[in-house]
Amino acid sequence: MRVDLATSFEEALRIKAERSDVVPVAGGTDLLVHWPDAHALQERDWLDLSALTELSHIHFEPDTVVLGALATYWDVIQDQRFRALPLLPAAAATVGSLQIQTRGTWAGNIANASPAADGVPALMVYDAEVQLASTSGRRSVPLADFYHGYKQLEARPEELIESIRVPLRPHDFENFTKVGSRAAQAITKVGMAVAHSAAGWRIVANSMAPTVRRCRTLERLVESGGTVDSPDGLLSAIRADVNPIDDIRSTAAYRERVFSRLLYQTLLPACSSFS
Amino acid sequence: MQRIEGVSKLVGRERYVDDLDLGEHLWGATVRSPVPRGRVTDLRFSAEVDWSEFTIVVHTDVPGDNTVFLLEADQPVLVAEEIRHIHEPIVLLAHPSRDAVRRAAKQVDVGVDPADPYFDFRAAPTAGQLQRGDDNVLKRLEINKGDVGAALAAAAHVVEGVYETGAQEHVYLETQGMVAWVEDGVVCIKGSMQCPYYVAKAAERALGLDREHLRVMHAPTGGGFGGKEEFPSIIAIHTALLAMKSGQTVKMIYERTEDMAATTKRHPSRVRHRTGLDGDGCLLAQDIEVILDGGAYQTLSPVVLSRAIIHAAGPYTCDNVRIVGKAMLTNSVPYGAFRGFGAPQSQFANERHMDVVAGRLSLDPVEFRRRNLIKDGDCTATGQVIDDGTDRVGVMELALARADYFDRRAEHRNFNAQHAYLRRGLGLATFFHGAGFTGAGEVHLASRVMVAGLPDGRVEVLTSSTEMGQGSRTVLTQIAAQRLGYAPVDIVIVDPDTHRVPDSGPTVASRTSMVVGRILDDACAALRQRLGDAELRGDALRAAIAAWHRENPGGRLSAEASYRPPPGVQWDEENYRGEAYGAFAWAAYVAEVEVDLRTYTVRCIGFRAVQEIGRVLNETLARGQIQGGVVQGIGWALLEECMLHEGAMVNNQLTNYVIPTSADVPPIDVIFLENPYEEGALGAKGIGELPLDGPAPALANAVADALGVEPNVIPMTPERMMDLIEGTATHD
Ligand SMILES: Cc1cc2nc3c(=O)[nH]c(=O)nc-3n(C[C@H](O)[C@H](O)[C@H](O)COP(=O)(O)OP(=O)(O)OC[C@H]3O[C@@H](n4cnc5c(N)ncnc54)[C@H](O)[C@@H]3O)c2cc1C
Repeated sequence: MRVDLATSFEEALRIKAERSDVVPVAGGTDLLVHWPDAHALQERDWLDLSALTELSHIHFEPDTVVLGALATYWDVIQDQRFRALPLLPAAAATVGSLQIQTRGTWAGNIANASPAADGVPALMVYDAEVQLASTSGRRSVPLADFYHGYKQLEARPEELIESIRVPLRPHDFENFTKVGSRAAQAITKVGMAVAHSAAGWRIVANSMAPTVRRCRTLERLVESGGTVDSPDGLLSAIRADVNPIDDIRSTAAYRERVFSRLLYQTLLPACSSFS
Repeated sequence: MQRIEGVSKLVGRERYVDDLDLGEHLWGATVRSPVPRGRVTDLRFSAEVDWSEFTIVVHTDVPGDNTVFLLEADQPVLVAEEIRHIHEPIVLLAHPSRDAVRRAAKQVDVGVDPADPYFDFRAAPTAGQLQRGDDNVLKRLEINKGDVGAALAAAAHVVEGVYETGAQEHVYLETQGMVAWVEDGVVCIKGSMQCPYYVAKAAERALGLDREHLRVMHAPTGGGFGGKEEFPSIIAIHTALLAMKSGQTVKMIYERTEDMAATTKRHPSRVRHRTGLDGDGCLLAQDIEVILDGGAYQTLSPVVLSRAIIHAAGPYTCDNVRIVGKAMLTNSVPYGAFRGFGAPQSQFANERHMDVVAGRLSLDPVEFRRRNLIKDGDCTATGQVIDDGTDRVGVMELALARADYFDRRAEHRNFNAQHAYLRRGLGLATFFHGAGFTGAGEVHLASRVMVAGLPDGRVEVLTSSTEMGQGSRTVLTQIAAQRLGYAPVDIVIVDPDTHRVPDSGPTVASRTSMVVGRILDDACAALRQRLGDAELRGDALRAAIAAWHRENPGGRLSAEASYRPPPGVQWDEENYRGEAYGAFAWAAYVAEVEVDLRTYTVRCIGFRAVQEIGRVLNETLARGQIQGGVVQGIGWALLEECMLHEGAMVNNQLTNYVIPTSADVPPIDVIFLENPYEEGALGAKGIGELPLDGPAPALANAVADALGVEPNVIPMTPERMMDLIEGTATHD
């Protein structure tokens, strides 16, 4: 095992270009879990980004917020300006414990690509874009298109996440719901983020598919004003968008049913087509 | 009085076994069976590892009997041939590098010829699954009182029910850990444990050593809950075997995943009730069958079963009782001791059933209990006459008053009628817990305690009772200090070490304060007697001790006492009749829940715990015991599900086996009632296990109240609740 401590982002990009299999590490809260038994990871080479203060910035531009790749949950929770994007601090406050919130980064949450990630749905519901960088250039990918399958990312091996850009739009409806196996310190069994702005409805599901996923069929259903008179009325759209599984934390049947009920109760006060 | 070692724990100064400074030493690791049942055909050591660097121990290296002796010699130290459960130890390795030994353990391939395993203890084994007798029953016990058949036939109502509880993992913060070394021909073992003498007895036999050549020492222990009652004998023998073979100090610390997968859990249970009642709703007959999954070896299952059946009929008056208990041998990882020891399982069933019965009779569960709770002069299922003067209905009424039970219930009815998806309910459980060993157990243990006056006048207390977070060190100090008129700082509690302290019995069964505390009391009296004045206290005693040492330089001024059974206690082990326990603690718990019909989640939003425990010796510690026990009970009832595959837990990480956080529990209202028990130390009865018995049934009864369903299986996870509420069958 070898650890490179990058002293500038450009150096990090160079290392990543030379040895694209190095493992970038930010807060380490995903990577270091089960460390003593993580023999395969221990044999890899590591690229420590944590000293790159240039990545820890949070900029509020007129119509966009830019979160540097080292911005943590805690940075967002204690920054009053995020009242403009309330689902970000709301989601952040459900992540692990205070210790995890102060170390864990939004970019790490994205790159870790867990279907149960809590930061990702809050970002995705606001149409966030991932800024990727490599020695050959920079590009921007909508977060909603960032995942191709379970743990399959749009990023190329030599690319690092530099920042996350979140459009600042006024919303007239926003909701973040996390169902974990207990009230705190829990991995999401069923989760959703819902928002409405001039750009339309956004509905994002986590722990319901191999990736966090934007639910376009559901969005169209709500947008079109099709009547929904019970949670079950959402099921066919849910089935078109996501495909939950049985795993060690819950069952597909539970996930589907609970998602339908939560979404129904969430939209009921906001949509006249719901009764 | 403050917890003696509290500050050192708070600031991280306490040295647990993993923190001990050992100098150069080896790390041990265990190679385990990959299948639940079969025969070992061969062991293949991968050519990729340089095995000459390793100490390797297999069953033929066990110098004594290849058995972890407890009740029966059925469990091998290391598998010779026959595998009875997955994760069973087969090979031990040691190496100077922890990392190297962990990796190497994965490079030993165990060849097996598999056989048909038996897992579902509720169903009879097939011929190919038989492994003990013709039914795989490890132990069968029965209690009979009156004539159940006749009483059921004559009853106005007969109500039946079946109740199930799941396995529970202890989740002590400190995983199992041990160190061993050989010093001047003596094999020394030190580690995390509840019962140094259990370890010593098992290790003597397996290692072929006598008491002189084996020394077992207790290290500060980070939680036990029963999980460090019998299991530490295994890891202790393993560590000692590696130390004996290598000649070096060896340390073994289980990773959390290994600890959760391979060590004991609470016994899963299924209990059937058939209850006869008269027209007034009074109990006429209780016909009860208790089945426990014992797992692959006996461990303590017969004793757990015994406590389960003795508590199975609950604290009620009933003239006709039949209780049949069976512990089944399966191919699951052995189940073992866990706080409550069978009583939480059987009382979950009974307290849930009492509400079901009340419901069938259209009686309020409170009124039903008022009519049936045991009164002084009545006797329990084993024929033990209860006459301790405790007002058991009063205990219940106080819990109801604290919960504002009747008004809150009415409020909840209104709330439930109006809310779109939340439902609230209240549930009650009235229960009892016998402290100390069952029946003649304490007489057989014949526990001893020693005290010694030191040259500077302080007094040393020597017991084998261990501190594992419950506060026994503090309470024993308090008892000695109070008896001798000393300040607590002048009492020295000696760290349990089988070469220094007498055998005061194991630190289990809620017995330390009540039983060992009482013997300590007697030992203090014996010390004063030895100095010739039974009234000596405080400064006068200190002066007398110092004077004795001046007259007997280098001498040892010690005094000893041993267990004296309370007068009139008779126990017929053959027929399970008589005084099962010297004393029972009595309790009534009220739980308040809120169920979310969107997510099927049950949340505990209020909890009242009222108990009569003889005397409170240390208010803070006692409250901590009750609150901690209630939280552990809430976890067992609502959250904690051991997902079993091939007989072992597969959600063996703290991420996926969820215990309650502080956000999952409401403030817990703890009320103590005191009715001193003459035979307990300073009037105390045991309390450590009591709080595990009540939360699960109180919560299930509250869920029934909120929803009108019958939640008779725990844990009431959202997935299971969904099936119950929606009538689906998606979860086993
Ligand atoms: C106790 C505990 C509780 C947790 N609870 C939650 C929870 O409730 N909800 C939740 O969503 N998560 C939870 N997590 C997971 C974790 O904290 C989050 O996913 C966190 O956001 C990860 O950020 P990090 O900076 O620690 O990532 P790291 O562990 O450093 O890295 C995670 C992944 O991202 C990659 N990576 C990091 N930075 C970059 C970059 N700039 N460019 C490219 N790749 C990069 C790494 O290579 C790695 O693959 C928990 C973790 C723990 C240990």
